[in-house]
Amino acid sequence: MAQAKEAAPRKLPGSLETNRRLDRWLTINADGTVSVTPGKVEIGQGILTALVQMTAEELDIDVSRIRLLPATTAVSPNEGITSGSRSIQESGLALRHAAAEARGLLLERAAKKLGVTLEQLTVKDGVVTARSGGSLTYWELAAADLLAREATFDVVAKGHEEHEVVGTSLARLDIPNKLTGKPSYVQDMALPGLLHGRVSRPPGPRSRLKSLDVKEIEKMPGVVAVVRDGSFLGVVAEREEQAIRAERRLARIAEWTQGDDLPANDPRHLLTLKAEAEVISEKGDPAVKGARQFSAEYTKPYIAHASLAPSCAIAQWEGKKLKVWSHSQGIFPLRGDMAQALNMPEADIIITHAEGAGCYGHNAADDVSFDAVLLARAVPGKPVRLQWMREDEFGWEPFSSPMVLRMNAALDDKGCIVNWSHELWSHAHSTRPGGKGGVNLLGAWYLEKPVPAAVPGNPPLPGGGSHRNAIPLYDFPNQKVTNNLIRQSPLRTSALRALGGFANAFAIESFMDELAEAADADPVEYRLRHLKDPRAKAVIEKAAAMAQWKAKEKGDGERGRGVAFAKYKNLAAYLAVIAEVEVGETARVTRIWAAVDVGQAINPDGVINQIEGGIIQSASMALKERIEFDKTGVITRNWEDYPIFRFSEVPEVEVALINRPEAPPVGAGEGTQGPTAAAIANAIYNALGARLRDMPFTRDRIVAALSA
Amino acid sequence: MTIQLQVNGKARTVDVEAETPLLYVLRNDLGLIGTRYGCGLGQCGACTVIVDGKPVQSCDVPASAMAGKNIVTVESLGTDAALHPLQRAFIAEQAAQCGYCASGILMSAKALLDVNPDPDDAAIRAALETNLCRCGTHGRILRAIKRAAKEMRGV
Repeated sequence: MAQAKEAAPRKLPGSLETNRRLDRWLTINADGTVSVTPGKVEIGQGILTALVQMTAEELDIDVSRIRLLPATTAVSPNEGITSGSRSIQESGLALRHAAAEARGLLLERAAKKLGVTLEQLTVKDGVVTARSGGSLTYWELAAADLLAREATFDVVAKGHEEHEVVGTSLARLDIPNKLTGKPSYVQDMALPGLLHGRVSRPPGPRSRLKSLDVKEIEKMPGVVAVVRDGSFLGVVAEREEQAIRAERRLARIAEWTQGDDLPANDPRHLLTLKAEAEVISEKGDPAVKGARQFSAEYTKPYIAHASLAPSCAIAQWEGKKLKVWSHSQGIFPLRGDMAQALNMPEADIIITHAEGAGCYGHNAADDVSFDAVLLARAVPGKPVRLQWMREDEFGWEPFSSPMVLRMNAALDDKGCIVNWSHELWSHAHSTRPGGKGGVNLLGAWYLEKPVPAAVPGNPPLPGGGSHRNAIPLYDFPNQKVTNNLIRQSPLRTSALRALGGFANAFAIESFMDELAEAADADPVEYRLRHLKDPRAKAVIEKAAAMAQWKAKEKGDGERGRGVAFAKYKNLAAYLAVIAEVEVGETARVTRIWAAVDVGQAINPDGVINQIEGGIIQSASMALKERIEFDKTGVITRNWEDYPIFRFSEVPEVEVALINRPEAPPVGAGEGTQGPTAAAIANAIYNALGARLRDMPFTRDRIVAALSA
Repeated sequence: MTIQLQVNGKARTVDVEAETPLLYVLRNDLGLIGTRYGCGLGQCGACTVIVDGKPVQSCDVPASAMAGKNIVTVESLGTDAALHPLQRAFIAEQAAQCGYCASGILMSAKALLDVNPDPDDAAIRAALETNLCRCGTHGRILRAIKRAAKEMRGV
């Protein structure tokens, strides 16, 4: 195979562009296996199975030959953060191309050895056969130098019509171990001499340690070390329950300043703060006004990731070198922030990914990793496992920001929208490690010599953060979208599934329904009327057909149905949802129909599983979830304080996949969040004639809306 | 104190403080890490095991109170070579995303099917009411339990 023909390289697919060495991604082993080392990580979304499919497809090998190695800063390609439903596009397309190149290199060697041309070769499960007879296997052909080179543009991956593995619903490779009680998570890792840590956090984010006498703690059974560095406090013990008991005692005797300056828990507090306003979309002639003007204001509170497992990590110091096992979504940015906080070279830190429970965004995975490092420093050479307690996770994970959304529109005499304005207020949606000019690790802010946080911000458009999905996909002659970002927040905020797209799509799709009614139009037809994109129309039409939607159907005072749509980030998955609710004292979602288009579905059942899950999670958030805090700190501390859907509350969900093998594959993980919440609000309106514009749609809110 | 436990059909002896939750004894003394910590408050079900036929949240009971009782954990449900019908059904329905809740749900489901081989939808939902799943895999889990029940009844 020739080297790249052009001096100035073109852009390689996905993360191959920034990690060009083929052997960073793949190794062909003599034992008949292929090692694959993606930098993206499993967070319960099934990505690794899809990556195996894409790799096996291009190599023409059975999927069982692939050995996935955990991502580690020691050898894996740096793929940044596993977020934004970008892993198929970034890791998947990189592996697809790298595997295609590897296959090309193997065939070139085979052709030379067999004395035939490339055209005479076929491959089946790694066996290369010449039409004239003679065969060789990948495992014989591979040598260490084979992939020790950069990717080129000389190989084209298979066309979709040739796919045999991609596009099938291969069963998730990680599920059997998780059903048979095998070690599957960082929580389960057993290392010789493992000690257990717990941390003791202040009553609130502004509180600082006043006084503490650690002597009695040090004498408690099993306690190996009490760690105090400024206001960072924790214990290391021989046994897990001993660490927990020592931490409980620590919490009782530590005296903290209160720092009780948190505002009232109302999203509209955002409107009182100084914001950076940015017009992110403006088009048309604002002088053209419709005949009738409408406005509405929507809000969303602080909500939590609420992973089922509190975050966990293991850290071990060996002299000046540090090893960490973490379920972080971004092991490289985490390493960078740790190195900065500890003032040590990045090269002296190795972080290896080990799975945690589903995280749905930036939870405490990074924070607990740094906490474990601080605890392990007190016991050189010994690995320390730290799992946050449930109250730590609810109290200290970064939350999804509250948001306020003010919508204005004008309709012409046909009821069509001629003027649209969307103005939003929000805190930042990304404060992950890797920010500029600071360290985004909770523990670092409480040290004797605190290392300040980076300035909170948003991922840029087109994906965006607070402004994700704020620009409507609908075609309006006049529109203006304004993002008011308030960077400093009373409680720490960061990325949660769909980021600002959750509230933006909720507001857009609720408002569309309000306008449809004002125009005396059917909400399905009204959406189609304002859309040009045929794939957008197709998911709405499909969902309507599945639900046997009737034009202008009316609820009966108890039951009702509502529709909503979004194209995730305006550049990824198309999704339409129809929700059916039954409203008595509370609102209950009884059924959901959804249609989704992710382009080429690498693993159709995997896509459907993600969509079903996202719908149920979003419905739970919309109906029930809100973080509570007082002047000092978060008071939500357990599942009674923060109820999520239980089995008795979960709707029946039916998902149809519109598979487009010819279209580029996009991620499926997040597109559900906004449309689901809006479809439920629209269904409640359809049932009751009462409009809920503030999440969550609790009993009190329903009563208030009915009497409004 | 020394506590005699009967776990997955075997007599086990551990030396821990009396109030140590069963969860930590299972995980850290007996190496049965399939039972998982989720809240420590008996609210989420990730740590569910079966004790004398009933589902019990092991984070919330002291090991000393379990002496002499028959404790069953997910590790005894089936082996890779001979999976339990519930495990087979969960695979067939792909009834997991992150899977952290799965062990506890499997044990709650087993406790149900052991006494009610043909549960209706409401009975299954009721049996899982103290098991949380955050990924939203509920629908698949309900289907998987019905599928397993059917197989176990031989229909």
